[in-house]
Amino acid sequence: MDRQTILKEVTDVFIDVLDNEDIELNDETQAKDVEDWDSLNHIQLVVGIEKHFKIRFTSKEIQSWNNVGEMIDCIQEKGI
Amino acid sequence: MKTFQQLKKNLKNDFSSLKTIKLAVLGDTATQFLTQAIRSLGYDKGFDIQIWEADFDQIELQISDAASELYEFKPELVLIFQSSHKLLSKYNKYKPEAHTSLASQELASVDFMVATLTAQLNAKIIYYNYTEIDDTVFGNYALKTESSFLFQLRKLNFELMSFAASNPNFYLCDLSSIQNQIGKSNFFQSAIYVNTEMVLSLDALPLVASRTLDIVESLNGKFKKCVILDLDNTTWGGIIGDDGIENIQIGSLGIGKAFSEFQYWIKKLKNRGIIVAVCSKNTESVAKEPFEKHPDMVLRLDDISVFVANWENKADNIRHIQSILNIGFDSMVFLDDNPFERNIVRENLPEVTVPELPEDPAEYLEYLYTLNLFETVSFSGEDSERTKMYQIEAQRASVQQKFTNEEDFLQSLSMVSLVEPFNKFNQPRVAQLSQRSNQFNLRTVRYTDADIEKIAASDDHSTFTFTLEDKFGDNGLICVIILKKEDNNTAFIDTWFMSCRVLKRSMENFVLNTIVDFCSQNGFGTLKGEYIPTAKNEMVANHYSHLGFENNADFWLLKVSDYIPKKTYISKK
Repeated sequence: MDRQTILKEVTDVFIDVLDNEDIELNDETQAKDVEDWDSLNHIQLVVGIEKHFKIRFTSKEIQSWNNVGEMIDCIQEKGI
Repeated sequence: MKTFQQLKKNLKNDFSSLKTIKLAVLGDTATQFLTQAIRSLGYDKGFDIQIWEADFDQIELQISDAASELYEFKPELVLIFQSSHKLLSKYNKYKPEAHTSLASQELASVDFMVATLTAQLNAKIIYYNYTEIDDTVFGNYALKTESSFLFQLRKLNFELMSFAASNPNFYLCDLSSIQNQIGKSNFFQSAIYVNTEMVLSLDALPLVASRTLDIVESLNGKFKKCVILDLDNTTWGGIIGDDGIENIQIGSLGIGKAFSEFQYWIKKLKNRGIIVAVCSKNTESVAKEPFEKHPDMVLRLDDISVFVANWENKADNIRHIQSILNIGFDSMVFLDDNPFERNIVRENLPEVTVPELPEDPAEYLEYLYTLNLFETVSFSGEDSERTKMYQIEAQRASVQQKFTNEEDFLQSLSMVSLVEPFNKFNQPRVAQLSQRSNQFNLRTVRYTDADIEKIAASDDHSTFTFTLEDKFGDNGLICVIILKKEDNNTAFIDTWFMSCRVLKRSMENFVLNTIVDFCSQNGFGTLKGEYIPTAKNEMVANHYSHLGFENNADFWLLKVSDYIPKKTYISKK
């Protein structure tokens, strides 16, 4: 899957989990840029993305991302 | 069942019209999602559950400090969640020679917490039992080794059940069975545990919230009292009218086994006190034949309280069953293999619970187990007598049709009532009725076994229980009055509830005669009543005005000296 499609699908998960239609993500987006993206909701986002792409992140990966781009790198590394 | 994600959307809804429940949550792991799930699911069940959540891992601190936020919050329910993971950490830190004492140490700590809580709060406690973790240090030999973690964990779960059995305000919620149902790999997600200290996966949360709410609903008088069965392809395999009695499937062979096991399950429910009714599209005599003659039938006619077999539509038939049993539609479960019949009932009687039975009868039971439909917070010997009482009621209803004059009918019943104060024999039944009575209940204040015991011992309260027996049989204890001395002249009717089975039998008059008599003998000049409306007790909105009480602000008053005893067909036993 190309990065653009993954970004689009990740954005849809964010919109669904955070219940906010206005969310727009790019590689540089960080938690502080998105309303309600706190540590608690982060877990829901992680589980939502895992379910959507049918993948599992390791506990280390979950903590490692500094922005959306790194999250997408990680998804791609899993063969998506 | 909704996912956690779907449930959470409820948090934005307006809770203001819902019944408020104050719940304190104390956990040794992170509980934020759990509280969100409980509050959200509470919305769907009609509750505004206001939750105070203790800071992480503060259980003992909050409970042992009388000035803590916990006691300031004054919850009516306290949920304590001590996780297996923390139990394992404790075990890991023990010296090996102390391992055999883990379960008893934990139990002592639970005992201390419960005693401290109940001394300071009038609250019920819900405690999650322990989901199993097998550290495999001893392999299978753990089951022969008292010092193994698995041995101690299972021992603790077992001992907690004994503890719960002797502590009326302590309720166990069976977290362990949820993990058994969905599997540990779905129940627990290691990566999330490591990052957040949360031990419940997002997938497990709705199930855990649901099991918890089952107890909350039950404590608030919302539970199932009756199961209504379809017959063909639900109670037995095949169609009795077409296949004939020798060809229906039931017994120990093939698919017959599934139906036999289903019937055993229904029989156990019946023995527990769930009313069993039949609603079938059949000719009545044909439908009854297997119950009377088939050697492999587990259910017999005397297990069934109301038997309806005809060609009318099932929604009307269920209305008819409801009118005989006089219980709420929301306390009924309807089991039918036919999606068409299920939908008719769902559309016409949305309050009736209609499980979506799987297509394969072999899966009925496993599916029904997952729904946990028959939660209860009490169990007494009288429960198992209920079937007989309702059968008698159905008989009575058919006799009543023969009398055009109601007075003649009541006279013909030769009714007697035994009036007694609370005692150790009737207290369990009183507590149970206090939980169950919704319709004929003037103030709907719920009392538990422990509350009833306190009231029975109090000098300021006078208590009355009434039974009702007639020529058809004994209805058992059907009415309870608690009078509270408000001042030297005034007795306040703190509690008046009655079983709807005995409506229109002049019982109200008999009860009032009895308590007015008590007042005049004990120097009370005024009897004071109050009606607190709920969603279900509209039938008694005019109760006190019908009985001749005068309205005074929010209360109803009766002058004892002016009272003329009311007409009743019941005499004292």
